[in-house]
Amino acid sequence: MALLEVKNVSKSFGGLRALNNVTVELNKGEILAVIGPNGAGKTTLFNIITGYYRPDGGQILFKGKNITGLEPHEKCFRGIGRTFQLVKPFEEMSVFDNVMIGSFNRTRNREDAQRQTQEILDFTGLKERRNKLASELTIVDRKRLELARALATKPEILMLDEVMTGLTPAESDAAQDLVRNIRSNGLTILIIEHVMRAVMRLSDRIIVLHYGEVIANGSPKEISQNERVIEAYLGRGSFA
Amino acid sequence: MRELRIIIWYGLVTLFVVGVLVFPYLASSFILRLAILILYWAYLGQCWNILSGYAGQFSFGHSAYFGLGAYTSTLLLFKWGLNPWIGMFIGGIVAMCGGIFIGFLCFRYRVRGVYFALATLAFAEILRLIAINSAFVRKSMGIQIPLRRVDSWLHFQFETTTIPYYYIILAMVLGSILVVRMIERSKLGYYFKAIHQDEEAAASLGVSLLRYKMVAMGISCFMTALGGTFYAQYFFFIDPDLVFGVEVSIEMLLRPIVGGVGVLWGPLVGALVLTPLSEITRTIIRDPPPFLPFLFPLKGRSGVDLMLYGLIVIFVIIFMQRGIMGLIQNQRRRLEKQTQDEELFA
Repeated sequence: MALLEVKNVSKSFGGLRALNNVTVELNKGEILAVIGPNGAGKTTLFNIITGYYRPDGGQILFKGKNITGLEPHEKCFRGIGRTFQLVKPFEEMSVFDNVMIGSFNRTRNREDAQRQTQEILDFTGLKERRNKLASELTIVDRKRLELARALATKPEILMLDEVMTGLTPAESDAAQDLVRNIRSNGLTILIIEHVMRAVMRLSDRIIVLHYGEVIANGSPKEISQNERVIEAYLGRGSFA
Repeated sequence: MRELRIIIWYGLVTLFVVGVLVFPYLASSFILRLAILILYWAYLGQCWNILSGYAGQFSFGHSAYFGLGAYTSTLLLFKWGLNPWIGMFIGGIVAMCGGIFIGFLCFRYRVRGVYFALATLAFAEILRLIAINSAFVRKSMGIQIPLRRVDSWLHFQFETTTIPYYYIILAMVLGSILVVRMIERSKLGYYFKAIHQDEEAAASLGVSLLRYKMVAMGISCFMTALGGTFYAQYFFFIDPDLVFGVEVSIEMLLRPIVGGVGVLWGPLVGALVLTPLSEITRTIIRDPPPFLPFLFPLKGRSGVDLMLYGLIVIFVIIFMQRGIMGLIQNQRRRLEKQTQDEELFA
């Protein structure tokens, strides 16, 4: 049984069909990337899994239990952590306190939360900046903070919404190392990316969305050779 | 050297504490009444600060809970002779229920920001109109506290002296600061601040928006109602406009806004600045002293102190958005940064 199952999920906004009968399975311990051109429905899928939107039809199962339509904080409590594409740090809090909010998800005790926050800051390399305000961070560190905060909630699945976008190649490499380290700690990871290149080396499996439908599902190598994918990204006949 | 410093520090603190405690026996009655007002507004400001400063749900109608407290304890005393200390507690519970009811309606249906402020204002106005039209609470005639002719701690009533009120409100202010300090250091305080800054992000980290907003509402409304009972027992008279009026809500939120919203010492600092200012301008304009001849034309006119108020608030909102304490904190941060930089490049 897959850890997370998205079954026949559909979602429309007005007359626009953002997702049409989408089925995705996420297995324990894997890094799955969902990619697709602009407007393919990636973020919609993401927001449905994390509880920010309610699907029109279909189900979401986590460890075999139906979690469709639960509120975002309930999903977080059950073990689905997320980051935002446009990072949302608590600007007027220190880096430390930002992560503290996440740590309180699993404890009421302040000392426990502080201990865990320190561990997370060490792990994500934010230790030196712990006393800075989030608003004083560079964009790379803000993305790091976003990740650290989500990790602090102790999720089983970590969902990353375009964390690589906007990073330089060197920064992107560092981010990929971090994601791999997270996976080796036993987490399952679902990444949403706009740029194919960034996820080719990182992910075990890739799913391609196009106009709200799954058009391909396979290893990075298979995906890079899939004609429908190339067509979706580059347009019909552009190599002709 | 270091020991000496500690001794001086402890000495100063002791001196301050003793000063605060013996102060009412040294001060004139005008100063004493001013001190009571300062503490009274500091207390109410702190109550508002919990919901609006920390949890970020801007209430524009806290007079609703203030009035519920004042009316509950006063009615219980007036009709059934119930002890005001007990009435105070029951008033707190009543206001908390009212607050949680309104809070649930607003938060459940995601009423936020300006709309939440308007909803709270509307609730206070509804209560005021109900009070004006209910014979049960003597309509707009208001209720006079039945006087006992004997000063009594047990019955929370002092006619010949105001000194006990000073100690009561002092204890309430200290209590409120203690409560907020405890909230600040706990999970609750972190969650409040998270909700204040970004609701979506907070939800993604496991914060139940509905639950924690309701908790903030409950604590804030309960404490505000205690202030309402203090008002009734101090002034011996309440009527719908005095306790449910929008003036109460505005005065309550001005202190923390000037002092620092969502800052522990904000309401007290704001009250220390604003209350004397308003009292002194009111006194001076009512009866201008001879050395301020240009004020003579204003003599006896009311409302000038309110205009001054307005000006100060505009000034604060434009130039120091986080209030006086915010300004101090920024300065401190800047200094810390400077010393860090100096250490780095030394």
